[in-house]
Amino acid sequence: MHPALSVIFFTTLSGAGYGLLFWLGLYALAGLLPADRLFGAVAMVLALGAVSIGLLSSTLHLGHPERAWRAFSQWRTSWLSREGVAAVATYVPALLFGAGWVLFGSTGGVWALTGLACAILAVVTVICTAWIYRSLKPIPRWHNHWVMPNYLALAAMTGALQLVALSGLFGYSLPGADLIALATIVAAMLAKLGYWRFIDDDSPASTPESATGLGALGKVRLFEAPHTSENYLLKEMGFQIARKHAQKLRRIALAFAFALPSLLLVIALALPGAVAALCALLAAEIAMIGVLTERWLFFAEAKHAVTLYYGRSLAA
Amino acid sequence: MTSLPETTGGKRLGLVIDLDVCVGCHACAVNCKEWNTGGVAAPLTDRDPYGQDPHGVWFNRIHSFEVSGCGTSRTVNFPRSCLHCEQPACVTVCPTGASYKRAEDGIVLVNEDLCIGCKLCSWACPYGAREFDSDAGVMKKCTLCIDRIYNETIDPASRVPACVATCPTSARHFGDLGDPNSAVSKLVRERGGYDLMPEMGYQPTNKYLPPRARRTEAAEIGAAPQLAPVEPAPGAGFLGWVDRLLSNG
Repeated sequence: MHPALSVIFFTTLSGAGYGLLFWLGLYALAGLLPADRLFGAVAMVLALGAVSIGLLSSTLHLGHPERAWRAFSQWRTSWLSREGVAAVATYVPALLFGAGWVLFGSTGGVWALTGLACAILAVVTVICTAWIYRSLKPIPRWHNHWVMPNYLALAAMTGALQLVALSGLFGYSLPGADLIALATIVAAMLAKLGYWRFIDDDSPASTPESATGLGALGKVRLFEAPHTSENYLLKEMGFQIARKHAQKLRRIALAFAFALPSLLLVIALALPGAVAALCALLAAEIAMIGVLTERWLFFAEAKHAVTLYYGRSLAA
Repeated sequence: MTSLPETTGGKRLGLVIDLDVCVGCHACAVNCKEWNTGGVAAPLTDRDPYGQDPHGVWFNRIHSFEVSGCGTSRTVNFPRSCLHCEQPACVTVCPTGASYKRAEDGIVLVNEDLCIGCKLCSWACPYGAREFDSDAGVMKKCTLCIDRIYNETIDPASRVPACVATCPTSARHFGDLGDPNSAVSKLVRERGGYDLMPEMGYQPTNKYLPPRARRTEAAEIGAAPQLAPVEPAPGAGFLGWVDRLLSNG
């Protein structure tokens, strides 16, 4: 699948934003979030800013961005529509939670409940995002049970890393945040390794033989393509990445998304205040580079069934 | 609405494509483009048509496959277009309601005024039926020539999709596949018509008829199993005398 940068930025940025909202909401519920207005303002601007920039960037690849509002109508059947509804719905408790924190200087009581609503809707939105891909049968590398855990774990991980970085900058040490960040890194890495192992071993049911129905007569090979230059189908769904490049990018993603951030977090645990904060900030930003690489690969390595008609295979 | 119509068992218009007869001439694709660039989905993108990198929207694409097995191989020409599925995921994934399946005849259409051009429907189609019109910013697809088949201003014989009307070998048949007694349904039964990628569960309306078994024995086409050996004709004249003289020598 063609790795469209607008969608890659959208899913990674909004994932981090919803991840941060999720942890902020839970920390407020646990009564562990400092009622510092400046901290609140920066945290909420960062979380909602990431979500909003992500959502806006996702409209960039539309043929008619001015009609984007119509996408809220088909939530009965469409995961994309559900995602839009969930994303907008999240703004309601998020803005209330932000108002309580920044305007009223409180993260407890009823404001903690808006935090909980934020956390729940953030999870729902990320699940909807994952299901947009998870539901597509023609793309076996997306239509599998590894996709949703990956999206959830990576959103939780990038959100937790932002939380640690942000609280460090304001001189707060949220109890358990370092360990939560480390745990989400491990969980996300296991999910990603599991996903890669799955797609490397998978042998999808659809083949050139089933696509043409000619399997009974023998092995099917493309003899002559319908057109001499690339068409929309091949540009959009026929993107190919060389195996050696994919392997290299996987190593880069592993290093930047998981290995370096966890190393920096461990260093931060051992060092005093300012240096630790710097390490945590570095960990959060390096992880974003890693997740962007991972998300690019998620698209680039996905193979679409229509390519079976163009002489390709869905297997690794 | 992107919810699928609840009624089932009614009229289901579609195509039956005979892979035994198709000669791969692309006439269906060309006539389809010609009609539809002036029809309801008009105009269809057509960039750099005579240049180095022509590209544009086509609702029909004609592939040719080599099928090899049992020591022989054969070429099968394979027209590919929208199958107007019973379970069209292209419709249900649409976030705006632009894509829909008609309850009355099962035709899958796009309302271009509602389409935001997110392309998700084209991702959801395993058959590559939908192509994005980069000029109009909306998705386009086969309409089963809805502006021909119900068109009362044209001759009744022409009220079939453009691809069917133009096929020089009658490899394409149009009819109601929801009616078990229709000519197309009978054809599907007689010839063992099948679905493409049934494992996807999209339940295509269009059916494909397999190439007939190849006749490899001479007797199967009425020829003698073996030709009689050719006896050398007795020579005549001067050259015949030379031939006999040299042959005997």
